[in-house]
Amino acid sequence: MHGFDFDVAHLLAGGLVLVSFMLLYQDRLYALLNVFALQAVLLALAVGWQAYVQDAPHLYITAAIALLFKAIVIPVALHRMIVKLGIHREIESVTGMGVTMLAGVGLVALSLVVMLHATAGESALAREDIAFALSVLLLGLLIMVTRRNAVGQVVGFMSMENGLVLAATGAKGMPLVVEFSVAFSILIAFIVIGIFLFRIRERFDTVDVEALDRARGGRR
Amino acid sequence: MSLVPFNPVLAVLAVPAVTAALLVVVPGYRLSAGLNVVGSLLTFLFTLLLFFGHAAPNSYVLIDDLNIVFVVLNTFVGFTTSVFSASYIGHELEIGRLTPTYLRFYHAMYQVMMFGMNLALVANNIGLMWVAIEIATLATVVMVGIYRTPEALEAAWKYFILASVGIAFALFGTILVYMAARPVMGEGYQGMVWTLLMQHVAKFDPALLNIAFIFLLLGYGTKVGLAPLHAWLPDAHAEGPTPISAVLSGLLLNVALYAILRFKLLLALNPEAISPGPLMVTLGLVSVLFAAFMLYRRHDIKRLFAYSSIEHMGIIVFAFGMGGALANFAGLLQMTMHSLTKSAIFFAVGHIAQVKGTQRISEIRGLTVSHPLLGWALVLGVLAIAGLPPLGIFMSEFLVVSSTFAREPLLAVLLVIGLLVAFGALLMRLQGLAFGEPVGSTAPVRASYIPLFGHLALVLAAGIYLPPALVVWFQHVAQMLG
Repeated sequence: MHGFDFDVAHLLAGGLVLVSFMLLYQDRLYALLNVFALQAVLLALAVGWQAYVQDAPHLYITAAIALLFKAIVIPVALHRMIVKLGIHREIESVTGMGVTMLAGVGLVALSLVVMLHATAGESALAREDIAFALSVLLLGLLIMVTRRNAVGQVVGFMSMENGLVLAATGAKGMPLVVEFSVAFSILIAFIVIGIFLFRIRERFDTVDVEALDRARGGRR
Repeated sequence: MSLVPFNPVLAVLAVPAVTAALLVVVPGYRLSAGLNVVGSLLTFLFTLLLFFGHAAPNSYVLIDDLNIVFVVLNTFVGFTTSVFSASYIGHELEIGRLTPTYLRFYHAMYQVMMFGMNLALVANNIGLMWVAIEIATLATVVMVGIYRTPEALEAAWKYFILASVGIAFALFGTILVYMAARPVMGEGYQGMVWTLLMQHVAKFDPALLNIAFIFLLLGYGTKVGLAPLHAWLPDAHAEGPTPISAVLSGLLLNVALYAILRFKLLLALNPEAISPGPLMVTLGLVSVLFAAFMLYRRHDIKRLFAYSSIEHMGIIVFAFGMGGALANFAGLLQMTMHSLTKSAIFFAVGHIAQVKGTQRISEIRGLTVSHPLLGWALVLGVLAIAGLPPLGIFMSEFLVVSSTFAREPLLAVLLVIGLLVAFGALLMRLQGLAFGEPVGSTAPVRASYIPLFGHLALVLAAGIYLPPALVVWFQHVAQMLG
């Protein structure tokens, strides 16, 4: 692997982790969606770069899916949904921002320690890629855990999935990567359509998951 | 080798797929319910052909002695549930809980789910298996939310979020297994094929395999409903249509368990990798104890049996975690018996909830008086699931406990405590449900008793006499599981 190729791949993967941190502290829904779109663009670039470096043309499809579907279609759809449902306002998070950020730093440190230790035999690029990917995955999980809002949880989930795509493209020559990204896109489309079709607002007046919790009442 | 002119595996996959496509376009509830039953029956018959010969594994599908057990059980319960579903859904349509459009959707999703589960069980590729489990999960998520009540939506959302996190972890584990395989087996498709992985796994990097297994255990363990990761399970069982509760408990949990077992087999062949046994024993035991105590505070009849499913999956994972020929045999038997019994219980519960118009345990009393046949079926089912002799689960639980006593007496004591606590809880609830003065509607019930009593008869028969052919088969699989 040439020095330049490595540096660019490293930069893009590191950028994904950075944007995950930015997602952690967004407290408005629109801003959250914009930052997510930025992450999807970065992912498309990272995957496209891997496709070029590994000389694996099928990865361009994955990059295109990331760019078209995750950076454009989904954010626009969610944006319109927020307008239609009238939930444009601040989103509550479960813990304070400082604690969340500290937890995020801890998770990144954990994934670096675990993955760099376990992949001692791999090439430097693959090792750092998988470590960054695990960081993005865990940060996505943290976003899901700390958001009470259904849209926030979906964004967290999609961010987790970005980490998975990064991991899959970093594992050189991995088959079925395109299929995985298609499967995940279907999954995400399902949720977004689901939120919309089921019209959570129609029944709860909100897409705040707290309301869902209240709905279950005493019957357990 | 093959006595069958075509590959029955393909039929097992194609029939549900084609039926699902047909059900999307077929109008009318009677026709689609019938088609659902016929499709499920055909799938089951084709799986029986697998016994008479199956092609050698290719890079997509694999049939061996282990997954034949799972596939046959899967399609059989899938078929009986479709029979139960036909009568259950008719009632839901009458009382207007479901509209014809939703019903069409429901039947198509049922077959999509069967397709996903069958594909997961026969896949010879860790990636394909992951995709298939995702398909099956998605189909069940939609069906759990189909009533669109606030509770159903909450259950579907919770199920969806937790299952997705599980799915993401499982995929990360799958990628790590591929990364471990790549230096040994080279790049490309072969690095994800079970049969090839098994041949080369001894040379894989153990550190990477260990981490991969942790992710896979957490990921697929969420689906199995193991204790700290079980939160979706009671909600999904309680709020969806009862046929779905039956297939969730009876089948989908098994499919996820099958995935874990396969990866356990893989790790067992690498001398330096961690032994998955203790992890599985711990998770299993925690699930049993947790669920046993939770059983006491249930007020909803379907939630009660959902917690009982967590308990039983705990026992099964515990047994497979202990390993060894006897414990594995017990685990397989327990899994089979649990699938049959639990789906039978849900068949009974579905009709009970329909005739009483409620799922609250306090509002259901005296079933043996008001609805003798249904009431006694429930009594028999609960006695079976609680592990009373001579029913099948008694035998498998006895084998689990006795094989554990021989090796780890302390663990066996904990397990027995869990079993007894659960036994007490179930009998206490059964007392109120089945006996005493009837409460609520005593209207006659139009139930489909054939699948219900068919399952119970099988469980009873297995408790008294296991056919030697089945014993030999299970013993062979138990040996294979190591």
